[in-house]
Amino acid sequence: METSSAIPTHDASEQSGIWSWITTVDHKRIGILYLYTALFYLLVGGLEALLIRTQLAKPNLSVVSAETYNQLFTMHGTTMVFLVVMPLSAAFFNYLIPLQIGARDVAFPRLNAFSYWVYALGGLFITLPIFFGIAPNGGWFGYAPLSGPTFGGGFNMDFWVLGLQILGISSLAAAFNFITTIINLRAPGMTLMRMPMFTWMSFVVQFLVVLAFPVITAALFFLQFDRFFGTNFYEVQAGGDPLLWQHLFWVFGHPEVYILILPAFGLVSEVLPTHSRKPLFGYNVMAYSGIMIGFLGFGVWAHHMFAVGMGPVADSIFSVATMLIGLPTGVKIFNWIATMYGGSLRFPVSMKFAIGLIAMFTIGGISGVMHSSPPSDLQQTDTYFIVAHFHYVLYGGAMMGIFAGIYHYFPKITGRFMSERLGNWQFWLNFIGLNLTFFPMHFSGMLGMPRRIYTYDAGQGWDLFNLMSTAGTYLLLVAGLIFAYNFFKSRVSGAPASSDPWGAPTLEWSIPSPPPDYNFAQIPEVTSRYPMWDLKAPDRTAGIEHSHADAADIADAHAAPMHEETERRTAKELGIPMPFNTIKPFLVALGIVVMFSGMIVLHMGKFPLAMATMLGGGVFMVASLYAWLTSPLE
Amino acid sequence: MSIDRAHADHTHEHPTWKQYKWVALWLFLITIVEVWAYYIPAFVASPAFKPALLLMSAIKFAVVVMYYMHLKFDHPLFRKLFIGPMIIAGATLIAFLFLFGNVRIG
Amino acid sequence: MATAAGAHEAHEHTHYTTTGLDNRKIAIWAFIGSECMLFGSLISTYLVYKGRSVVGPLPHEAWTSPAGEVFKPILNIPVTSASTFVLLMSSLFMVLALAAVENKGKAGYEGLLGSSKFWLLATAIAGAIFLAFQAYEFTSFVHEGLTIRTNLFGTTFFTLTGFHGTHVAVGVLWLMSLFFIDLKRGLEPRDAILVDLCALYWHFVDVVWIVIFTLVYLIQ
Repeated sequence: METSSAIPTHDASEQSGIWSWITTVDHKRIGILYLYTALFYLLVGGLEALLIRTQLAKPNLSVVSAETYNQLFTMHGTTMVFLVVMPLSAAFFNYLIPLQIGARDVAFPRLNAFSYWVYALGGLFITLPIFFGIAPNGGWFGYAPLSGPTFGGGFNMDFWVLGLQILGISSLAAAFNFITTIINLRAPGMTLMRMPMFTWMSFVVQFLVVLAFPVITAALFFLQFDRFFGTNFYEVQAGGDPLLWQHLFWVFGHPEVYILILPAFGLVSEVLPTHSRKPLFGYNVMAYSGIMIGFLGFGVWAHHMFAVGMGPVADSIFSVATMLIGLPTGVKIFNWIATMYGGSLRFPVSMKFAIGLIAMFTIGGISGVMHSSPPSDLQQTDTYFIVAHFHYVLYGGAMMGIFAGIYHYFPKITGRFMSERLGNWQFWLNFIGLNLTFFPMHFSGMLGMPRRIYTYDAGQGWDLFNLMSTAGTYLLLVAGLIFAYNFFKSRVSGAPASSDPWGAPTLEWSIPSPPPDYNFAQIPEVTSRYPMWDLKAPDRTAGIEHSHADAADIADAHAAPMHEETERRTAKELGIPMPFNTIKPFLVALGIVVMFSGMIVLHMGKFPLAMATMLGGGVFMVASLYAWLTSPLE
Repeated sequence: MSIDRAHADHTHEHPTWKQYKWVALWLFLITIVEVWAYYIPAFVASPAFKPALLLMSAIKFAVVVMYYMHLKFDHPLFRKLFIGPMIIAGATLIAFLFLFGNVRIG
Repeated sequence: MATAAGAHEAHEHTHYTTTGLDNRKIAIWAFIGSECMLFGSLISTYLVYKGRSVVGPLPHEAWTSPAGEVFKPILNIPVTSASTFVLLMSSLFMVLALAAVENKGKAGYEGLLGSSKFWLLATAIAGAIFLAFQAYEFTSFVHEGLTIRTNLFGTTFFTLTGFHGTHVAVGVLWLMSLFFIDLKRGLEPRDAILVDLCALYWHFVDVVWIVIFTLVYLIQ
């Protein structure tokens, strides 16, 4: 791979210091904030998993109590879904979408900062209680009535209900922002069917967020009202039906699965063509299958609930829909393989992770199709078989894809390479560790080991499999530590990278690494799906129909011809107006979190203090919001 | 692509004052018929009652969205952004009515 | 709220956009799409629990408690029909306010009936009257023995209509903010987008009520 000798130099005008990070509205800096915060929570969630696995290493251990165990598995799930994988995806949305579509920032830069701060503060809100032994303990799915006032009366599930409400605000605000950005800020000539596949998958994900999160918001409000105001939504003695919670939760929860996996699909769809030095196979079908997955994702939720007895008609419909959704997913797998077929392959760490995703996700996908059949699912539901399935999908799939993305984009973000040697160690330890952890769970599950139990008796045939799983988890810890070391060391002393270190085809590689704050000195005119290859390796794209170039697209007055930018000047020199840094989005986010904290005070029985907190937080939020809306962006 | 510049010139065709008032009159009249129907016990008991009320409600809904929210005159992108979620919300609602036995097959 | 925030991001100068449309308008339509799902969930819940209350008072039927106390059907159709009418009219005021801003200074938009200030204030007042009706309805229900805790009907009714009422309240605040901007510096045709965003939100809240009025109040 090509490396330039020039060490990246930062503009003298570039801001630094903590204040500049709290007030930043630059999508790249916000992306970096997301990345660091989510990696921190990855450590938290990973340590929770480590404790869970240590407790289960052998029969009848008492490393942690049953109550602590409940908190650990609840927080492991909640942390990994809402505080790790979604925000890691958000880190890439933030960093990459504007660069990939040729924009200077997102549509609403301050709303973007707001999304981050709501996430960061909401994450603290939901994470801190574990240090006081009052963390959520009703599972990441929060099934009523366990999460309701009768059976979950402590503070524990309060933090979960309120915390998820807060995090939902962050995701929704970000989704409106990215939908607008992708629709409206594409460079001239960047038609939808020329967008890089990562941007395509992100686009689909934003719609899933916009449509799925309101449903969990409603369900959480019901639970919140049951807990705080004595309503009857999930109260059986008043005629309420706990299944309502399950249905609403999974109407959200199943699209959420695709919210977690599609960005990783997008990332490997960037990595694989780059290192195969060959265009993505079946681009159109890849885009359409992403849309199909998103659309069908709203019609399969009840396959999480076959065990509740919905009757043969509902079971059949959801079973067939679930089998159907395997098709567009399978199409993606085959297209990735076909992308590599006949390519001139290179195997840097990012490529290894991308191929790892294909293999591991296929295993998780196949066990997923097994569950789509209700009779088969009844044998597997609530056993470790399910745990094995979704960890292959989410760890083997989503996390491997994200690691591929980190290794691939690290040179763009920092101007330096991550160490390939350490990366290889991480990849192989990770690969072995993940299979050692999760593959035996298929067996312990089929032998009947239920999920969520804090210990078990010897002699049921589960002992060896559990010990293997625990050993694998420690390997994953070692792999994680190597990654952390590699990440922080390479940031400071990695080999310098040029603007296009991998010879990749898309727009983000046409500007310096790290990109200047304005991204593109001149917005390029896009005439192809692989503009950088058209410039540098036209033979790769010659035979392939990959663009809809027509006369109307060419020579837009707003754009410069496609080119590679190497010069680094300040926005001021170029006369590009930049948004002002501002603290206001942070203040609005703070007001929201204070307002929600008032509900916890209410549960303590301190009514006046609770009202004061909620009103104070609410007024502070509204005042900050008005200050934000009445001050100019740039 | 259909969501690009081609349709930008559509954005400023709004309905006129006169249309607005006609729309308001229709909304008013349909509401009167709805409430009136509520007070005819024989009609309430008939199988036509629910469909008739749902239809009137749907007409009011469509009229407000098309004229007052000028979706009929605006960029087709907005139509997609609204109708897509409406379809998913409607389908989910209907699925819930079946799943909870409020509506049964056969 | 989040979108209201995004919606006001001041992209005043003519930045290049792919579609030529205003960013804020795309965002608010995405937001309205999202709201469809929120109200879809609330309405689904109301319908799923319809007729499942184990005690009264009930919406359309009389109910006798085990102690022999008789409760009349609780919904007050005449009062709610009046508030529905007010909300429908507020939508007319809203489009007239938008037309007044878009056509400021043109022939036919002179005087009070061509004044955006007048129509913005009229819309906000109509919204406030609707809220007053709702406050009256809620308090009279509580006096008649129906609270959010009483039964499933109370739980789902107060939640659904309460969420709608909260949306109306936010809309009234938004309208009043626009009204004060109009008073302070006057809204010009180039500010029409600001009113348009609020109008789209306001009409959406109105169509939600059209659905609620039929499903909750009229269909028995």
